[in-house]
Amino acid sequence: MASEADGTGGAGGYTAREMMVSAAAREIEDGDTAFVGMRLPLIAFQVAVSTHAPNAMSVFESGVVRDDPADGFLHTMCDLPNLDRAVSTTGMLDVMGRLARGDIDVGFLGGAEIDRYGNLNTTRVHAGDREIRLPGSGGACDIACMSDRTVILMAHEPRRFVERVEYVTSPGHGEGGDWREEQSVPGGGPSALVTSKATFGFDDGELYLRTVHPGEDADAVAADFPWDLRTREDVTGDPVGETAEPTDEALSLVREFDPDGFWTDD
Amino acid sequence: MPADKTTSMAEAISRIDPGSTVAAGLALEHAIPFAAGHELARQGIGDLTLVGPISDVLFDQLVGAGVASRVRAAWAGNVSAGSGYNFRRAVEGGDLSVENHSNFSVALALQAAALGVPYLPTRSLLGSDIAEEPQFRVTEDPFEGQRIVQVPAIAPDWAFVHVQRAAPTGDAHLWGNTGVTYQAVRAAEHVLVTTEEVVDLDVIKSDPSRTRITREQVDAVVEAPFGAHPSPVAGRYNRDNEYFLAYADATRDADGFDAWADEWVYGVNGREEYREKVERDLSVQEPTTAAEVTYGK
Repeated sequence: MASEADGTGGAGGYTAREMMVSAAAREIEDGDTAFVGMRLPLIAFQVAVSTHAPNAMSVFESGVVRDDPADGFLHTMCDLPNLDRAVSTTGMLDVMGRLARGDIDVGFLGGAEIDRYGNLNTTRVHAGDREIRLPGSGGACDIACMSDRTVILMAHEPRRFVERVEYVTSPGHGEGGDWREEQSVPGGGPSALVTSKATFGFDDGELYLRTVHPGEDADAVAADFPWDLRTREDVTGDPVGETAEPTDEALSLVREFDPDGFWTDD
Repeated sequence: MPADKTTSMAEAISRIDPGSTVAAGLALEHAIPFAAGHELARQGIGDLTLVGPISDVLFDQLVGAGVASRVRAAWAGNVSAGSGYNFRRAVEGGDLSVENHSNFSVALALQAAALGVPYLPTRSLLGSDIAEEPQFRVTEDPFEGQRIVQVPAIAPDWAFVHVQRAAPTGDAHLWGNTGVTYQAVRAAEHVLVTTEEVVDLDVIKSDPSRTRITREQVDAVVEAPFGAHPSPVAGRYNRDNEYFLAYADATRDADGFDAWADEWVYGVNGREEYREKVERDLSVQEPTTAAEVTYGK
């Protein structure tokens, strides 16, 4: 992972989502095989492979395997630019088989709700008495169960942070501690959460505040959580840091891959 | 002479009984058989169970058209815009039963049926509430005692597959990503192939490694150029992204969906008329031609 000192500052401003993409890209290490999925992680992979992770590979549950950015804007993983000049266009059992065997280093996830232990809900939520049906898992549950580590991207909205998710679509660290091992969940679980205001790690399965994005206040970020959020200070003794800004190179790549800001405008 | 299985879309769809289980959207966002789905809606073949990983908006449209009573899927919505409003309304109103899956559990359920076994085990789903859904069993692996999830087979009555080219026999070429297409074809009792183009069998036989669907698995072949619009088809046309956004805007309430369906489904007399309604140029601008492949003896 890049150090936090290498941020050179944006070219006079960037959106919160561009910041998320940039932070997510740094979670991909050179040589990783990444299970990418849709939306912001798609762009994050393209930024990572264009910068610090030229040997990273991406796989998509539709069956696409790529080693470079698509030459064209993507709404979905199956848009023709993502299929064109891919390394392989195969099927789901092929790529999910790699995941099941433990060959995926990092998987990306989103969620409507996240709880203290990184469990995610994309199936159903309540607004007062009314139940709202969400689209469901897609490949998220599989990625959450079986990737060596997962990185979660979410808009920073207090209603999304709950003590316990109503439905565990994609398991994180369950109830914390050795829960995954006890439940025989094969992969390593969430290693990071990136929101539009901060980045978080997990310690003993529990979420903690790692860095806040420039201009954000750590106490205010922590106050958005309905439990007493731990911080890096509690875990390592180092105070909460500031997230490195997107480099000029990363920003220009984000804008190349998403020229109209469809995914990355706020 | 092998049987010629070509027929019209209307005739092929008329073979499907109400109450059938139909698998579609098997290559995920790619090559979704929208033309076949819209004909299901026009013929009002009801009480369907829909099976697939995600389907993009096809399942939402069939739910809105009132022909589906059950969905067995990993995800139902609109990939560009998020929610599928018909799906949401039907679930929240108690009009649609949903069996929640992950993508992998859909793939395994179809693969189990394709192999003729009652279930396949996986270590996915463990620790999730999906594993607790009634269709699954969490048990111990009899060899090493680890917890596993048993995914029961799903054998659809019909699988709908859209391909680039097929012979009248049903032997078909498809390329680009394929998702769970082959598993569903082998799992299903009947298969409808809709194709951009009907070609001579010689064309199919010139590249047998690209043939993964063969005639004995196929019931009907329908020539349906542009039959996957608004989804993309490798080498043929791009995804119509604007359509997905406009569809989301137009279908936020039930009346909006009805007006949309009157225009795009019920008000269209066949796919040629449909094609004329789409004004955007979705054609492939920079084709990539594969290196030549040689067989022979």
